[in-house]
Amino acid sequence: MTTTSQGRYSPAPGAAPLGRMLLAQTGLETRMLLRNGEQLLLTVVIPTVLLVLFSAVDVVDTSGPGKRVDFLAPGLLALAVLSTAFTGQAIATGFERRYGVLKRLGASPLPRWALLTAKTGCVLVTEVLQVALLSVIALALGWSPHGDPFSVAALLVLGTAAFSGLGLLMAGTLRAEATLAAANLVFVLLLLAGGVVVPLEKFPAAVRSALELLPISALSDGLRSVLQHGSSLPLGDLGVLAVWAVLGLAAAARFFRWE
Amino acid sequence: MEAEPAVEVVGLVKRYGRKTAVDGLDLSVGRAAVTAVLGPNGAGKTTTIETCEGYRRPDAGTVRVLGLDPVADAARLRPRVGVMLQSGGVYAGARAVEMLQHTAKLHARPLDVDTLVERLGLGSCGRTAYRRLSGGQQQRLALAMAVVGRPELVFLDEPTAGLDPQARRATWDLVRDLRADGVTVVLTTHAMEEAEQLADQVAIVDGGRVIAQGSPAELVRSGDGAEDTQEALRFDGRPGLDLGALLKALPDGTAAAELTPGSYRIRGPLDPQLLATVAAWCAQVGVLPDRLTVERRSLEDVFLELTGRELRS
Repeated sequence: MTTTSQGRYSPAPGAAPLGRMLLAQTGLETRMLLRNGEQLLLTVVIPTVLLVLFSAVDVVDTSGPGKRVDFLAPGLLALAVLSTAFTGQAIATGFERRYGVLKRLGASPLPRWALLTAKTGCVLVTEVLQVALLSVIALALGWSPHGDPFSVAALLVLGTAAFSGLGLLMAGTLRAEATLAAANLVFVLLLLAGGVVVPLEKFPAAVRSALELLPISALSDGLRSVLQHGSSLPLGDLGVLAVWAVLGLAAAARFFRWE
Repeated sequence: MEAEPAVEVVGLVKRYGRKTAVDGLDLSVGRAAVTAVLGPNGAGKTTTIETCEGYRRPDAGTVRVLGLDPVADAARLRPRVGVMLQSGGVYAGARAVEMLQHTAKLHARPLDVDTLVERLGLGSCGRTAYRRLSGGQQQRLALAMAVVGRPELVFLDEPTAGLDPQARRATWDLVRDLRADGVTVVLTTHAMEEAEQLADQVAIVDGGRVIAQGSPAELVRSGDGAEDTQEALRFDGRPGLDLGALLKALPDGTAAAELTPGSYRIRGPLDPQLLATVAAWCAQVGVLPDRLTVERRSLEDVFLELTGRELRS
């Protein structure tokens, strides 16, 4: 019998206060994201490069009058939300599930809803950084945004909810490798066909009316109508995002498997 | 040991599709003691432990952990129970000490992280990302995460699998300290030596049931019964020796057999006289006994007798 422990390990169980757990978990999730090179490429480098490249070079005919950056900046803000809330979150969560991180946290005092809240907090923190970075670059390129910030915030929040639901649905049902492939594929497809850099007017009318129902199209179109054209609250786009958010989050809540 | 066991499993049944992983398992775990759940791969150890941890719902039977239902009362149990999974459980990009500190932050009165890191020899790899840690370092980190919250009860699923002897020793010492300080420890293992070294109680599991339970000493004494079968004298010699003369010289109740050509075993009450008799017989038949040993039955023998000797997939 060992006597060296002197009561060091005597049971003294208890959960930390909820606020402290949430803060710790959000901080950890955010550090994990910012430390991941592939993730940074997706969330920071790609939107930035696209913004600079397409503003400087007339690769894509952005249609209509005005500076290219006024068309591009809202689309790339939408892409930033897509990359963080959907692609990045899906891949990270998929691998956390695969490596038993979600399982192990499920045995910790942290409630599951608090884990998801922390994930949302991490996504929002990242988005704030992305929006700040892209805005600074766009302004340097001569961007002149219009509209009221409240409408922009409403679009970004609903877009985040819609993409988070879909991302978590994918991460919680598919294998991690399948999530990795599918989330990247969806990212590229939505980048090309969601009005991010290619105006939807370039597509045939029939295809276009289907593409307009995509969450990325609603987000980029909504942001563009506020920031480029100074419209007030774009209710149609907000409605599309709200439907995606409800469907995505409900399906994720129903089908998500923790192991 | 208190009246109410720390863990009480009665008639547990758990199926995955058509496969029955646990088939009517009973287990009672005493408080402030170390209980080893010992069994071959696929015996149902992990399923049993994970049901106690609240990860699985029983298909039949009842599970009580610290008097509570691990699924229905999960929120109340989680702060009180430490869990070490068989593998994984850590962000691939998290540093070892960072993850341990995080786990500590989820608890009200955690252990001092630095002391625990030093104790388990994780200091040198503290800033290394989890995916770059060796298997043994990952195991020790998972163990540290299970105990850092100062739980009443810890479940350790194969805590020393893949550890080198020093790390295994460190793990054993920590388990002993936990017990000395009143923590209940339930661990699974297929290492007999581990169960013998650490456990107050051993439950041998096979085919989804507990087929034997008791202290290591009780289990070694049980098995095929009679006291005299616990010990044997073994030696190697020329194959095909005639054992008839030897048997006549030995007392009643002694058995002698040639197990494999040239390998002999005498079973019976061992005493110096018996050894002298065997040695005299060896001199008579002109054999120098090679590797003459007195063998005692180990937990491993009991285990193999109970679970069979064939390899399982």
